[in-house]
Amino acid sequence: MTPFRDAGIADAFAVPLAAPDDFAGWRDQARRLLMAEVPPDRVTWQVPGEGGGDLFASGHRLPAPHPDAPQPRVPRAFLDLAAKAALHRDEGRFALLYRLLWRLQQRPGLIEDEADPDVRQLHRLVRTVRRDIHKMRAFVRFRVIGSGEDERYVAWFEPDHHILRANAKFFVNRFAGMRWAILTPQGSLHWDGGVLSEGPPAARSDAPAEDAAEDLWRRYYGSIFNPARLKVGAMLKEMPRRYWKNLPEAALIPELIAGAQAREAAMVEQGGNAFDAERPGSLPEIAQAIMACRRCPIGCNETRAVAGEGPSQTPLMIVGEQPGDTEEEQGRPFIGPAGQLLRAHLADAGLDLSKAWLTNAVKHFKFVPRGKRRLHQNPTAKEIDICRWWLESERVLVRPRLVLALGASAARSLLGKTVSVQQVRGQPLALEDGSELWITTHPSYLLRLNDGPRAQEEARFAGDLRAVAARLAELAG
Amino acid sequence: MSQPSLIERLGILADAAKYDASCTSSGTNRRTSKDGPKGSGKAIGSTEGMGICHAYAPDGRCISLLKILLTNHCVFDCHYCINRKSSNVRRARFTPQEVADLTMAFYKRNYIEGLFLSSGIVKSSSHTMEQLIEAARILREEHEFRGYIHLKTIPEADLELVTRAGLYADRVSINVELPTVAGLTRLAPDKNAATIEGAMDTVKAAIVEAKDARRRFKSAPRFAPAGQSTQMIVGADGASDADIVGKASRLYGDYRLRRVYYSAFSPIPDASAVLPLQRPPLIREHRLYQSDWLMRFYGFAPHEVQQAAGADGMLPLDIDPKLAWALKFREQFPVDVNRAPREALLRVPGLGTRAVGAILSARRHRTLRLDDVARLTVSVAKLRPFIVTADWRPTLLTERADLKALIAPPKAQQLELFAA
Repeated sequence: MTPFRDAGIADAFAVPLAAPDDFAGWRDQARRLLMAEVPPDRVTWQVPGEGGGDLFASGHRLPAPHPDAPQPRVPRAFLDLAAKAALHRDEGRFALLYRLLWRLQQRPGLIEDEADPDVRQLHRLVRTVRRDIHKMRAFVRFRVIGSGEDERYVAWFEPDHHILRANAKFFVNRFAGMRWAILTPQGSLHWDGGVLSEGPPAARSDAPAEDAAEDLWRRYYGSIFNPARLKVGAMLKEMPRRYWKNLPEAALIPELIAGAQAREAAMVEQGGNAFDAERPGSLPEIAQAIMACRRCPIGCNETRAVAGEGPSQTPLMIVGEQPGDTEEEQGRPFIGPAGQLLRAHLADAGLDLSKAWLTNAVKHFKFVPRGKRRLHQNPTAKEIDICRWWLESERVLVRPRLVLALGASAARSLLGKTVSVQQVRGQPLALEDGSELWITTHPSYLLRLNDGPRAQEEARFAGDLRAVAARLAELAG
Repeated sequence: MSQPSLIERLGILADAAKYDASCTSSGTNRRTSKDGPKGSGKAIGSTEGMGICHAYAPDGRCISLLKILLTNHCVFDCHYCINRKSSNVRRARFTPQEVADLTMAFYKRNYIEGLFLSSGIVKSSSHTMEQLIEAARILREEHEFRGYIHLKTIPEADLELVTRAGLYADRVSINVELPTVAGLTRLAPDKNAATIEGAMDTVKAAIVEAKDARRRFKSAPRFAPAGQSTQMIVGADGASDADIVGKASRLYGDYRLRRVYYSAFSPIPDASAVLPLQRPPLIREHRLYQSDWLMRFYGFAPHEVQQAAGADGMLPLDIDPKLAWALKFREQFPVDVNRAPREALLRVPGLGTRAVGAILSARRHRTLRLDDVARLTVSVAKLRPFIVTADWRPTLLTERADLKALIAPPKAQQLELFAA
């Protein structure tokens, strides 16, 4: 194609478009220019509200198309992409589109070649516009005014690109059954339930300032967030700060992040060594020190700590979970219903209680008040792990040859990890100091069972105790 | 007992639902509020092929649906679950009507794409399932709601109810919970693997049947047009990544699942003492999703993904599974970007499906040089050892023992957020 060089016609043409998103207008003009063989470097596009334009361009007399010029042909794929790219706020967009259109006349396959800089730029514009369209669908927030027949939903939104008209159909399709308006600095859309109309640009103050449902929405937003997996970067990538000012939930973000960090700090602190003191030198010192221990939430519940009891050095140590209601009241371990069951079974197995050190994995009573009663609560793994330091201090002093752990909490306290009681019961496990650990169920478990299973489980429990008694005799012998 | 206020209960029941990973609203049929019989003209809602994330939480997760439990009361005692019977969390419940009204209030303000409703088990599994279905029914029939509904299905409920859920919901899901049967038995004593998979099979059959009916009768009702999905908890039992990948691929095959979600076991308040205290690194969850992608979009067979794992069956955490596979099977490389078929290009670490598409169409028009490839991809540095272009051929680079360090220089070890 020979460049247009007709004497008497200006060197460049300024082509006016009706609006920043006037793709139809661009297409008509571009077809004309193409048929008149006007090369891209001699066209400037004039868009309302945008600078540019060429001082030397004369726009008023566009050349007439050559009468015998063939209709330009463009691949469908180009038109789809161009319609999107035309919505970009980049002032060079229409020039890029005409340049590509010009080049496509010679190389129709060009559109498939993303390694070409123009094609690549086209794709870049399209991606940005698509994203902006998508973000508008995501981040428009309606606020309600009026009620009953007068109920209307009004939103204020600030798009980055000229996408308002392109997005109208989406909102009509979605919210056909209500009356709504979307106000933007570019213009506004109004839907009355049957007809869509366009209005002039609006200001933020034209939209309602609040909505009663936003408190509910903020509560939801704050609650669905999992502080254990803070990923602020991932959030910012998809919800950049520039959108925040029009999102009611965004006001919460700083405090949610700060709160998560505070929680993290608290957990790290808890995970660190809460005990940097020297180990107590005697059992009475432990009994006194645990009263003042506030290193975990159970220690802070204003109950009395229950110390271990028994001979100061003895081959058998029995570890329960934590003091119960009765134990806390009287300050002694294993005297409540479960303790009595244990005592009966120990006697049956021939184990002399007066020769055993009785203690608990957790020293304070964890409960929830229910009316006048205090209902037992299992300690968490963390709480058990914190309280382990006291049990270790007891073991250093009592120096048992055999430790009997009752239930999963006691087992965790001694092993530092969680095991399945049913799988490890009835067999010796070596502890680091050379003593043996035996694990069986906690007697309170037996109390919770019904007759049939209870008889069965009690028999297994008694069997475990007999095995411990036999092993203890062996160790002594 | 007096109920807490609506906003209090929303807080409790959203908090209780946040451990469910899925929040997508994609893959259903297109509908708009203008479709269908011109009745009251009050219909609200539409669905596109692609879902929309209306907000992102600071944990980086997309908020697309109102994801709540109907109630967090539960008669089950699954150790990994914050709502288990023995947990001390605050309890609350919604009525189906409240759930429907809340969904509409949020939807009409454009906060959400729809509802994802799940529940703890109250009274019985079937009773609970009926309540879930009732909430969906009110939305569809009384509010003429055309948005997205995802119902979590309770496998122990009557199978008739499981199939009824699909008539209102776009997607139904049944959680397999744990990758191994042993793990399920130990950590979810009230659940049964055979029941769970039986219910998944029922849903699959109903989906197939409804699709078949719609081919013959246009008026046949749709059944869960977005299909079914499931979720597995990672790191609560001893299953290796290879186990998990194998389980996932079997589930995809047997039940034609749309998605398998992985949820890194996250430390929950008031944890049961049976659980490991330390959560698996979040990156493990990410690697599993990547391996899932390899199987779904990159033509990797399950056993090939498993080959990327180490001797212990775990995928490397420091590099992605595709790179791990490429480092193990270096004889497959380098790949000539100007000649290689699509399948071979998809195996190149650093080339995504989009970049492969761009390469395939661009090379019809020019012979690609390294600069061209750089324009078509995100980063050419990672690609170079694995590709051949008109002006580039890696010199024995694929033979080098330190290739991994060249491509993925070791990062400073990131500290675990909640190191135990």
